[in-house]
Amino acid sequence: MALLDKYQPGDFFDEMFVAEGKVRPHYAALFERFQNLDREEFDQRRSAVDAAFLRQGITFTVYSDEQGTERIFPFDLMPRIIPATEWNLIEAGLIQRMRALNMFLKDIYTDQRIIKEKVVPAEEVLTAKHYRPEMVGVPVPKDIYIHICGSDMVRDREGTYFVLEDNGRCPSGVSYLLENRVAMKRAFPHLFGSAGVRPVDHYTQDLLTILQYIAPPNGRSTPTVVLLTPGIYNSAYFEHSFLARQMGIQIVEGQDLVVQDKKVYMRTTKGLEQVDTIYRRLDDDFLDPKVFRKDSILGVPGLVEAYRAGNVSLANAIGTGIADDKVVYKFVPDMIKFYLSEEPILANVPTYLASDPKEREYIVTHLEQLVVKAANESGGYGMLVGPASTATQRAEFKEKILENPRNYIAQPTLNLSRHPSYCDGNFEGRHVDLRPYILCGEKISIVPGGLTRVALRKGSLVVNSSQGGGSKDTWVLYGDS
Amino acid sequence: MLSRVADSLYWMSRYAERAENIARILDVNLQLMLDLPKLSEEEQNALWEPVLRSTGDHEDFSKHYKETSSDNVIDFLTLHPKNSNSIINCITTARENARHVREQISLEMWEEINRTYLWMKSQTLKKIVRQGPYEFFTAVKNASHLFQGITDGTMTHGEDWDFIQVGKYLERADMTTRILDANDEIFIKRPANNSHTSGTLQWSAILRSCSSHDAYRKFYVAQVEPDKVVEFLILNEFFPRSIRYCAQELNYSLRRISGCKDEHFTNLGEKLTGCLVAELNYSALEDIKTVGMHKYMDEIQIKLNSIGEAIFQTYLFSPPLTAPEPEPEEETTPKQTQKQGKATANA
Repeated sequence: MALLDKYQPGDFFDEMFVAEGKVRPHYAALFERFQNLDREEFDQRRSAVDAAFLRQGITFTVYSDEQGTERIFPFDLMPRIIPATEWNLIEAGLIQRMRALNMFLKDIYTDQRIIKEKVVPAEEVLTAKHYRPEMVGVPVPKDIYIHICGSDMVRDREGTYFVLEDNGRCPSGVSYLLENRVAMKRAFPHLFGSAGVRPVDHYTQDLLTILQYIAPPNGRSTPTVVLLTPGIYNSAYFEHSFLARQMGIQIVEGQDLVVQDKKVYMRTTKGLEQVDTIYRRLDDDFLDPKVFRKDSILGVPGLVEAYRAGNVSLANAIGTGIADDKVVYKFVPDMIKFYLSEEPILANVPTYLASDPKEREYIVTHLEQLVVKAANESGGYGMLVGPASTATQRAEFKEKILENPRNYIAQPTLNLSRHPSYCDGNFEGRHVDLRPYILCGEKISIVPGGLTRVALRKGSLVVNSSQGGGSKDTWVLYGDS
Repeated sequence: MLSRVADSLYWMSRYAERAENIARILDVNLQLMLDLPKLSEEEQNALWEPVLRSTGDHEDFSKHYKETSSDNVIDFLTLHPKNSNSIINCITTARENARHVREQISLEMWEEINRTYLWMKSQTLKKIVRQGPYEFFTAVKNASHLFQGITDGTMTHGEDWDFIQVGKYLERADMTTRILDANDEIFIKRPANNSHTSGTLQWSAILRSCSSHDAYRKFYVAQVEPDKVVEFLILNEFFPRSIRYCAQELNYSLRRISGCKDEHFTNLGEKLTGCLVAELNYSALEDIKTVGMHKYMDEIQIKLNSIGEAIFQTYLFSPPLTAPEPEPEEETTPKQTQKQGKATANA
């Protein structure tokens, strides 16, 4: 029996099948190849890929685990395919969103026109946890605030794409996108030949170009770019060292940097060396104990002062967190209209704000149908999936919402699209999302594809790696089949 | 290069070398016991004493075990989680340091040390005994050789590589002094006629601990004699585990790092290393005998420790720019193995 013979698409939007046994045209070639694989061969390649990930240390650290166990991010060998027409829409939509978000950030930290013209209510923006008054009036190089963005997208029952959130602080996961492709090419070289898959490996070069582009003029030839990591115990440390290696730049920890005369230097065996751009993978809160959290030992005292003086550039800029606040998210379509006078290409998921009395009333009386999220959390923490919740959990959330309405939003539970994924020896439908990575420098570019995350637990809607999610290689085709 | 990176490379290299040396010492002692005729339990246990002395863990050991039996010593030096010098902890520390700098070292180096670490994590005493300790220790030694070979063959031989050499040769020289020092009794007590064979076996075992048995034979074309063993392991110019050879290589690496030419120095580490090399170059067996083996080894250990400390102060340690001078370090006792400081390990 071939691998996909018994596959049931179920009552969902299935990425691969229109109906049982009926494959979408852009999956036809892949389907045929997979049907010709026998199970033993497939299992062999699967374990070879897992072993390779472990050997290379492509792992993340689980925080809740006291021993700091390193785990591999489960990788599903069945790729997700996006045809060119769909991708063009996603790309245009995300570029539009990115332009608006950067204009919004500039506006908020300078004139606040969007507030004055009452498009976005002042109290929602200025009370956001990640709003940084320290940044008001501080010019940032080339007016770019978000240089690297990882927007999460999902599809509903009809297959329509929605933007679920914009991760404009320190989005992670791009190394898995790149490593998944490498693993896939090694496991199934013959799949790629005729499929017409667009390459992804120029990402790190594009990123480096941007980091050099935003460097302050220094009178030296090439700018010195470093990646600032919280250290090897951070769950994304593999990614930090991966990116630094690919770009050929130094990876530094807070203790390696020192500020003198509002300039940032790294400590080397030959003395101090000036740094021009810092790709920081450290949240605002930890950047500088003199300005933000006093107890941060990960940051660099004096860094913010050097940044404000224009002697060092940061990617992303400080204060971008307001753009991925889940309350502010609701207003992104309005921003697009306001700044660009364009209609949004990609839709938002309908969002109810607990801070609005009417909407709050709706939320607390419909918890069973909604997904409730804390406005500032990420990684799948602090959320309630209504249909899968218990009465106790709902009561708990109701209390939290009433106590601190500004901190909660709710969205209808989407019937997320599913994709055939290999679970317990069979292909079964599992929910997926898509995180494309947007780079913003001289122009805005998106590496074709993104990280497809898959909720490997049966019925689960949560795709985060910390919550039992896995990932797939994502193919964007040159054509539509 | 970043001081922290140099620090990690240095300790990565030291701990990888240490794991190999401990495996070798244990392996040789186990084999030696097979060769010695009918040992009582007490005699057997007594043979482990020098091993514990050479790794410098004697006191620590007695905190965890009552009896100095083979199983206990093997357990303590291979798998014990509380012993920072157990093979598993050496490999874990080496790998943690490699993880700190994995974008600086070659991909092949990282994969090899990670592979060794994963393999080591899967070991238990039962497994080691079942498959035969010899197989296990050989695997540890081979992993170290492979790692060092990969390092030489895949990494640019620049400043970073030189810091790896510094760690390797300091550790190796240190371990050779410890092996000789721990066994100094058998050099002093010349064996009575009837135990002549057992003496030869022990000297041979010492040579094997330093992988130098064949090299010794080739060099002297003679019986294994204690004087010659001492001379070979301390003063031989070309054998890669002799103290003199290690000191020379250390000297070359330090000079490549600073760019300072021979016969000059720009920092304390270079000065001390230069002195040590000169001393070893112009020493003969008689000089060692005049001072006495134990004292001579102690002095060299103190010198090696001072060199390690001087390198740390010059290259690896970055004091806060505004803070006052750091407190002087406590005098390091020669018996204690140099360990990676907490400040650098957990930063």
